[in-house]
Amino acid sequence: MPSVTTLPARPGVGYKPQHYSEILSDAGPVGWLEIHAENYMGDGGRPLAQLRALAERFAISVHGVGLSIGGEGRLDPEHLARLKHLVGWLTPASFSEHLAWSTHDSAFLNDLLPLPYTNTTLARVVAHIDEVQDTLGRTMLLENPSSYLAFAESTWDEPDFLREIARRTGCGLLLDVNNVFVSATNLGFTPQAYIDSFALEQVGEIHLGGHDEDEDDHGAPLLIDSHGREVADPVWALLDHTLARSGPKPVLIEWDTDVPAWPVLAEEARRAEEALARLAVAA
Amino acid sequence: MSQHAFHHALLDAAQPIPEGLTDGAGRPAGRRYAVYRNNVAVSLTEALAAGFPGCAALLGEANTNRIAGRFLRQHPPASPLMIHWGAAFPAFLDGLDGLDRLPFLSDVARLELALRRAYHAADATPIAPDALLSIPEDRLGLARLRLAPSVQLVKSRWPVAEIRAFALGLGPAPTGGAQEIAVLRPDYDPEPHVLPPQGHAFLAALRANMPPGAAVTQCGPGFDPAPCLALLLGHGAITEILS
Amino acid sequence: MSKTLKTAALLSAVATAVTLTAHQAAAQEKEKCFGVAMAGQNDCAAGPGTTCAGTSKVDYQGNAWSLVDAGTCMEIELPAMADGSERMGSLEALERDLPTM
Repeated sequence: MPSVTTLPARPGVGYKPQHYSEILSDAGPVGWLEIHAENYMGDGGRPLAQLRALAERFAISVHGVGLSIGGEGRLDPEHLARLKHLVGWLTPASFSEHLAWSTHDSAFLNDLLPLPYTNTTLARVVAHIDEVQDTLGRTMLLENPSSYLAFAESTWDEPDFLREIARRTGCGLLLDVNNVFVSATNLGFTPQAYIDSFALEQVGEIHLGGHDEDEDDHGAPLLIDSHGREVADPVWALLDHTLARSGPKPVLIEWDTDVPAWPVLAEEARRAEEALARLAVAA
Repeated sequence: MSQHAFHHALLDAAQPIPEGLTDGAGRPAGRRYAVYRNNVAVSLTEALAAGFPGCAALLGEANTNRIAGRFLRQHPPASPLMIHWGAAFPAFLDGLDGLDRLPFLSDVARLELALRRAYHAADATPIAPDALLSIPEDRLGLARLRLAPSVQLVKSRWPVAEIRAFALGLGPAPTGGAQEIAVLRPDYDPEPHVLPPQGHAFLAALRANMPPGAAVTQCGPGFDPAPCLALLLGHGAITEILS
Repeated sequence: MSKTLKTAALLSAVATAVTLTAHQAAAQEKEKCFGVAMAGQNDCAAGPGTTCAGTSKVDYQGNAWSLVDAGTCMEIELPAMADGSERMGSLEALERDLPTM
């Protein structure tokens, strides 16, 4: 089976423009960068100039946040065309999107909203991924969401649902280990068991990010996937658990709110590098 | 559950939480659903403040949040390109009661929208300034000048560029009056430039493909195009001479 | 104005503009680097980006509108308008204009 990604099995970071100069002068352990597709769909200016320069030095992962792949409506043909254009000129190492929806009646809600795991949802997501992959002429990765609630009507568990989507569409998967930890805490399952039943052979990329702690109406912990702080220690442990089973993978640090100075982000990437190095020693 | 039902209560906290949503133990989702309400409303509020930082500074955080809360519900993004969201914000501000003491607020919003459009506009290679001198004398009046896609024009009864700069801590207290402004982007940084009177009409005419001679004429007797042309040339804003 | 005169005026304006431009260019420290935004305001020009993160901040608003906490509005004293329009735009004490909730 061909590899589901051409990203290097090294640490990457979500690219923030304020880090541009430092990344180019000393990227430290960072071997690749991820950008949000929608931020590079303007007509020109600094964002595209920076992206062109970065792409000469780094493998780029294009991560979409606005395609609404789980949406009940049809995929937005204009947005799909914009994506095709971006992926066409940039030829990134990877393109990924989310198992979620974000557009309803043409209103974009700027959040990744949850889906019930039913056969109806499965058929719709599969059809949309087929359309994306046909349009882009390449396979994509689909990311597991952070869950804050469950749907009473769901008949699949999430790892099986994602495995079946990958089987039917040929897409790869993006495993967000922090999302697994957040969802497991919020919905009361064991994160290690989730990882153990995940289609790890389909995983082309791993995400890590920080979360906030809140609580629900009953005082139970409710974790929020805020991407606004360091990766939590139990999530690092879950990364070790994952890598021990999956083998080396590209590991991305996501830090989207309260973005820190570059050295802080680079230090997170260094921890990811250590996790990958431990794996090499163990092998 | 349909996405319509999920969406219906998302932007209206007075609506009951949709049924069929649970926690891990099968109990009603309760405030777990509020996480999505917050994600949508707070992320859009923060996006609006990021897109209109001068307006946000003038209003203060509490008022910005309340105005954004209303705007995002009336005018949610129509596309996933957040870089473009907010085109309806200036007119929305004009329609709000309670802002009588900030009569220039919507014009600050117009300026910020112009700056953002300039920032994301297509790149274009400017002509060398002295290329204008090479136009034969008899063609000069009829030649057309193509302006860079990043050129944006704003007109206000208020010293809106000064107000914005002051609000952001980038300049002294406003001292001027009404302003006609061209936002120009040499390379990658858009900046507002105050034009002489009628400068807005002159540049708008050039942008509409009117020959410079006619554009000067429509600005009335005594209009001197030299400062405007110098501004355009000096900031790489003329990209082609079409004869 | 005759056509010849107009052309002559335009020609002279163009010549003046080119001369002015040369002075501008000499005076300007041109920042060619696309990596770093100019200090201050241009960092703002990018506008909002996307995020795939959630937030633990709370949106307290239902669908109501009223201006609150007027004291957070910035105070700006504007001089009389150059165009002779009435003095407006003082941002002091918004309280008295506040609609009640």
